[in-house]
Amino acid sequence: MKERIEQIEAEGTTAIADAGTAAELEELRVGYLGRKAELTTILRGIADLEPAERGPVGGAANKVRKALEALLEERTEALAAAELEASLATDRIDVTLPGSPVRAAGHLHPITRTRRLIEDVMIGLGYQVMEGPEVEHDFYNFTALNHPADHPARMLQDTFYVEPGGGAPDGVGAQDVLLRTHTSPMQVRAMESAPPPLFMIVPGKTYRRDSDATHSPMFHQVEGLAVAEGITLADLKGTLLAMLREIFGPDREIRMRPHFFPFTEPSVEFDVSCFKCGGSGKLPGGDRCNLCKGIGWIELGGAGMVDPNVFGFVREAGYDPDLVTGFAFGFGIERIAMLRHGVGDLRLFFDNDVRLLEQFS
Amino acid sequence: MRIPYAWMATYCDPGLKPEVLAEKLAMTGTEVERVVTTGPPSADNFVIGKVLATEPHPDADRLRVCTVDTGDESPRNIVCGAPNVAAGQTVVVALPGAVMPGGMKIKKAKLRGVPSEGMICSETELELGEGSDGIMVLEDGIAQPGTPAGQVLPVSQIVLELEVTPNRTDCFSLYGVAREAHAITGAALAASPWEGKEIASGDAVESLVSVEVEDPELCPRFTALAFEDVKVGPSPLWLKARLIAAGQRPINNVVDITNYVMWLTGQPMHAFDLDLVPDGALTVRSAREGEKVTTLDGIEREPGPDTVLVCDRNGPAAIAGIMGGAVSEVSEATTSVLMEAATWNGPNILRSSRDLNLRSEASSRFEKQLHPALTVRAQIVAAELMAELCGATVVEGMVDVAAPMPDPAPIRLRAGRVERILGLAIEPDAQVEALELLGFTVEREGDDLLVTVPPDRFYDVTREIDVVEEVGRVNDLDRRLPATLPSGSGRVGGLSRQQSLQRRAEDSLREAGFDEIVGWSFTDPGETDRLRITVPDPRANAVKLSNPLSEDQSVMRSTLLGSLLGAAQRNLARGAESVALFESGRVYLPAGEFGPGPLGGNFPGEQRPPVNEPHHFCALATGSIDPASWAHDAVTADFFQMKGVLERLAAGLGTTVQVIAGEQPFLHPGRSGEVLIDGRGAGWIGQLHPTVAAEWDLGEAVAFEIGLADLLEASPLGEEKYVDFTAFPPVDRDLAVVLPDSVEASGVLEAARTAGGKLLKSVTVFDVYRGDQVGEDEKSLALRFRFRADDRTLSDDEVAPQWQKIIAALEGLGGKLRG
Repeated sequence: MKERIEQIEAEGTTAIADAGTAAELEELRVGYLGRKAELTTILRGIADLEPAERGPVGGAANKVRKALEALLEERTEALAAAELEASLATDRIDVTLPGSPVRAAGHLHPITRTRRLIEDVMIGLGYQVMEGPEVEHDFYNFTALNHPADHPARMLQDTFYVEPGGGAPDGVGAQDVLLRTHTSPMQVRAMESAPPPLFMIVPGKTYRRDSDATHSPMFHQVEGLAVAEGITLADLKGTLLAMLREIFGPDREIRMRPHFFPFTEPSVEFDVSCFKCGGSGKLPGGDRCNLCKGIGWIELGGAGMVDPNVFGFVREAGYDPDLVTGFAFGFGIERIAMLRHGVGDLRLFFDNDVRLLEQFS
Repeated sequence: MRIPYAWMATYCDPGLKPEVLAEKLAMTGTEVERVVTTGPPSADNFVIGKVLATEPHPDADRLRVCTVDTGDESPRNIVCGAPNVAAGQTVVVALPGAVMPGGMKIKKAKLRGVPSEGMICSETELELGEGSDGIMVLEDGIAQPGTPAGQVLPVSQIVLELEVTPNRTDCFSLYGVAREAHAITGAALAASPWEGKEIASGDAVESLVSVEVEDPELCPRFTALAFEDVKVGPSPLWLKARLIAAGQRPINNVVDITNYVMWLTGQPMHAFDLDLVPDGALTVRSAREGEKVTTLDGIEREPGPDTVLVCDRNGPAAIAGIMGGAVSEVSEATTSVLMEAATWNGPNILRSSRDLNLRSEASSRFEKQLHPALTVRAQIVAAELMAELCGATVVEGMVDVAAPMPDPAPIRLRAGRVERILGLAIEPDAQVEALELLGFTVEREGDDLLVTVPPDRFYDVTREIDVVEEVGRVNDLDRRLPATLPSGSGRVGGLSRQQSLQRRAEDSLREAGFDEIVGWSFTDPGETDRLRITVPDPRANAVKLSNPLSEDQSVMRSTLLGSLLGAAQRNLARGAESVALFESGRVYLPAGEFGPGPLGGNFPGEQRPPVNEPHHFCALATGSIDPASWAHDAVTADFFQMKGVLERLAAGLGTTVQVIAGEQPFLHPGRSGEVLIDGRGAGWIGQLHPTVAAEWDLGEAVAFEIGLADLLEASPLGEEKYVDFTAFPPVDRDLAVVLPDSVEASGVLEAARTAGGKLLKSVTVFDVYRGDQVGEDEKSLALRFRFRADDRTLSDDEVAPQWQKIIAALEGLGGKLRG
């Protein structure tokens, strides 16, 4: 009996290993482990054996039954895995087709991109970002910035005025309400609203009555203002230099030329060394640099030390010109965007042609 | 301000190339716009010639063939068309190789068959004079033939075109610029042309001229000289050449002297024909109502009541500080002259010149406020020139009506102040030297400096800080100034919460496929009409400009929609097939309630802004919003696409918006809604009304516009609080209900939510069906409900009563449950 059981195990093991399909395995399972199988019959007949044989025969038959069950299961899994692989191998796609398009993202306007860049640089230098009104009182745009009435400095900026009754509050005169000509009115508003130390920038729209390839009646500026004890013109230079290097590259230099603005004293205009010719004014071939026109410097904006007369308007808010000093600067966002991206005509920014917008993702 | 270099060099010759001086001027505060040349670009090949003989041209009536000695071995043949050419004249000849102003190069040529070896020049051709007939005839014996013309005449004058800032009235004078060159280069400065000189004293003038000034505030000083035996005629060549290089047109010697003196001293003058001023009596007063004056340019002008006039007995004879009058203009018949040099009130001149829309070289100086002392300087120089160039007899004495001027108090420059402002230490000796070169008088008092300001800088340098600037700017500031960063105080930079959320909102629309535009803040007043917006809608009441550049840009926009429609129209006209655009920008409304923070128009500062300028978000799409690909069909921009974009924008900010039916004049009445944020109206969404879309040449287009501050205010971003989520499983149930079309989804959901009680966590519409299986004017909504308790597993029995209530509520809306 024991030999027969061993024989069944050997036969079964071979047959299972040779089985190539799930159907064959099922046949083998019925043949070896089914109700009518020889092994099943042996186990059913244990009770008829001599008591001394019952143990060894039963044990051997059960062991073989379990072994065959395990082999069947293992073989079934192996076959299933092979069948899956085979079916996957025939399920082919053309991976070279273009990807199924996700809706394409749009584009931020280059002025927004440039504004954010400048904001981020100045935030890194410890500045807050503030916004102010574009339709402004003469007081903030001129008077409090040390432009007295009928002062020729006002003629430097061609101003748009709001018609009395044309949306301006009642009782205002012909030149009391205007479109701000610079972002500087926020200097005074900011100082009115918070005591020193004050470190802030103001990006925003500004307006001047002027229109050609280099002047737009609407444009964008960034104002900067730093007021604290011990601020110097040298700090202005260092701050602008740090900013310009972030924007135009680490090799840039700054140049400050004395100038006149009513609300700063001393006043300067500042230039950045040309990033196309490296400040030499000449291109590698020896031609005159067309970006800086051979000068080596690119004019960017105006700046200076806050005029004590301006502090005079906010003295009660804590700005005593004998205790604090400050610097202010301003420049055009379009100018930076034009230089960085090679846009030749200012007016393109407000034409909003998608063929321009889509170049700035 | 045009500064002829050679003229300036007679007072201060820095010995530098003009371009180098220009750079130095630019680096000390006086921008040089250009360095240009008046006359030929170079004096090379221009020589003195002597006309030996002339004869008619054989083939041309108007030409003459001249034999001219130009210092060569043999005379040369020159064909000349000037009517005045004659034998014996001394002239300027442009030899072959000479380049004329404008670039024409002189060559040997044949004129109608006759060879010509050069050109005899006229004043106009050399830009030495104007309007003369024919060639320029020089004084006999001025130089030998063949002498380079540049040695005798200013043939090629280099001119610096300065951009003088309005504070520097001193640099509106040639001598002032010479002083500046002296201060920044150290080159010697010659004495000024008025230095050490005086007006001949006496009182003879008083019998010829009298002046009355009504308001010294408007006319702080009026000086007058009288001249007799004046011979009016052309000015000498040297003076005309300087004036032309300065950009002034020569007129006659008397007028030229006034302009020349103005250029040299900065003080404008005016010459009256004294015989045309009855009794020589002048009165300075404000204009009277309706008074008219004809100015030297022949135009009759009607000055306003603020304008100051110089009047004779009969009425206005000049507009003070702006332009003289025709009535007593100097002419060839003039034999006696009243020369005025006055000081006017700057703001008054600025206002008058603006009101009259008349600016002149005189007004552009007076409006910046000149010092009364300049008048006498000008009179001294003018008197000399009148005698020299017009043969005039100077009548002794000067009429001088002057208001008293305060003695200039010296300005104290405290020790250490320069370093404290500049961040650069400048030695006291260097400070003193710089100030003295600039013409200031400096005294030391301890470590402080007491600085007295000359009249030229009287209104410019008035405070310590102004002196600091002067010391800095001429001390090689740019090169020496260190670059430092502000020290101390732990300041923190950053964006405000609104600002960072604004960026996120902009990014959200960008990611949804929209291109950002920047539209004009101003628009045409007809835009609201085309959008069918009418009063009393506040958007119809636009903020108007009083001096727009054009009617198209004369009002401030009250909605962003117009900017987007315009951009869409332009892009489609240029070949774009579809557009999806957005703008993040302000609208301008008459003052009203502000929204929260700067984006709501509520800006820092003591004075409330004049108008309301809230920041809006507006998006517009037309055509396919997502183009077809091999994998899917094109998605056309429709109401629900746009609403999805809006919902995604809100979701990106961690909040939601609600849309309820609501109309806008420019939207399709059946496809438009009001956008609610936290239950309050914050904008609109919808399909454009076909009539409005057609105004901008658009087909079907959808858009929304919302107040950004309202949206950001609803955002909990960055302030979210964790809510413990439950592990207990939900019970999900679906149903479909057939409803009349008129019942809105929002009403159905609201009714279901109310009926569902606390256990109902959410209900959403997951399908909408219209068609054969429901009646006409009916729709079937498929709803999905989720019930859940936070503390236990719900049983069907617990949900059952709520479910019955929900069904009852839906039936209450006219709904029938579908199988």
